Amino acid sequence: MEAEAAKLIGAGIAALPLAGAGVGLGIIFGNFLSGAFRNPSAAAGNQQTLLLAFALTEFTGLLGFVVAMLILFVF
Amino acid sequence: MIDLYAAGPMEQFEIVKLIPLSLGSLDISFTNSALWMVIGVSVATAFFVFAARGRALIPGPLQSVAEIMYEFVADMVRGAIGSEGMKFFPYVFSLFIFILMSNLLGLFPTIPGAPHGLHTFTPTSHIIVTFTLAMLTISIVIVYGFYKNGLGFLKLFVPSGVPLWLLPLIVLIEFVSFLSRPLSLAIRLFANMLAGHIILKVFAGFIISLLGAGVAFGWISIFPFLGTIAITLLELLVAFLQAYVFAILTCIYLNDAVHAGHH
Repeated sequence: MEAEAAKLIGAGIAALPLAGAGVGLGIIFGNFLSGAFRNPSAAAGNQQTLLLAFALTEFTGLLGFVVAMLILFVF
Repeated sequence: MIDLYAAGPMEQFEIVKLIPLSLGSLDISFTNSALWMVIGVSVATAFFVFAARGRALIPGPLQSVAEIMYEFVADMVRGAIGSEGMKFFPYVFSLFIFILMSNLLGLFPTIPGAPHGLHTFTPTSHIIVTFTLAMLTISIVIVYGFYKNGLGFLKLFVPSGVPLWLLPLIVLIEFVSFLSRPLSLAIRLFANMLAGHIILKVFAGFIISLLGAGVAFGWISIFPFLGTIAITLLELLVAFLQAYVFAILTCIYLNDAVHAGHH
């Protein structure tokens, strides 16, 4: 296999964690909403935790994205 | 037809020496990264000095913004560490404002035709910058933790209520998780900034290549253009959110140093 082709395949595989991050973000926001609809008065107090969880989860996917970009453009 | 070409998505992270300086064999050149840090700090300082000059009892619009930012960080510190943590407030506030300014100013588009060294630059998109900030935080935690608690700070690695036979494993896990803190702090901020700016430039590159592909494809370039606008908005949110996350995690780690053995 040519090195260029292997590089493109590697970058594609490295982008897969984005799927997991998408599922994770969906779970976070979905659970927050279902909790918020049950008890709307408690929702405002949990915004901080929600944003923190969003940032922590998003990071997992971004790490995969960065690896993909490094493979594509740096090597 | 204007001659259009798109720079690759990685060119924006290039370090350019503006004023070459050296200290013996050490390279201490003034780079574009340093320039944008200076700009960020200057803008923040000028804003707070200007906003707080009146010291009115009933704040004007600018003073309100400054007070909201102050209260926002102060609430964060009080909530995470408690009132005795307010001695760390100046550090957390400086950290928050510095990261926020670096992130936000880097989102401005470059003035067309500006020389390469003066392109808009995000200092936090380089891991050495974020890692330095993370190490600063962790160093403060370690030094203050030992200063305040003595060897009792090591109770951080021994959670209470764990059965004795499980303890060696738990201590090992806690120790590794403590060691990974500076890395995860640094990589989170760096990866977010890097990824956001790459996505922006990739979409901007689509516009250029579609425009260059002729009249038939030119009109499709409206879609990547709308995409660029949407991603810029998302990046505004991320720029604030990452500064916030960095500051709140700093508070949580400092809390371990102030209240060792209380978790």
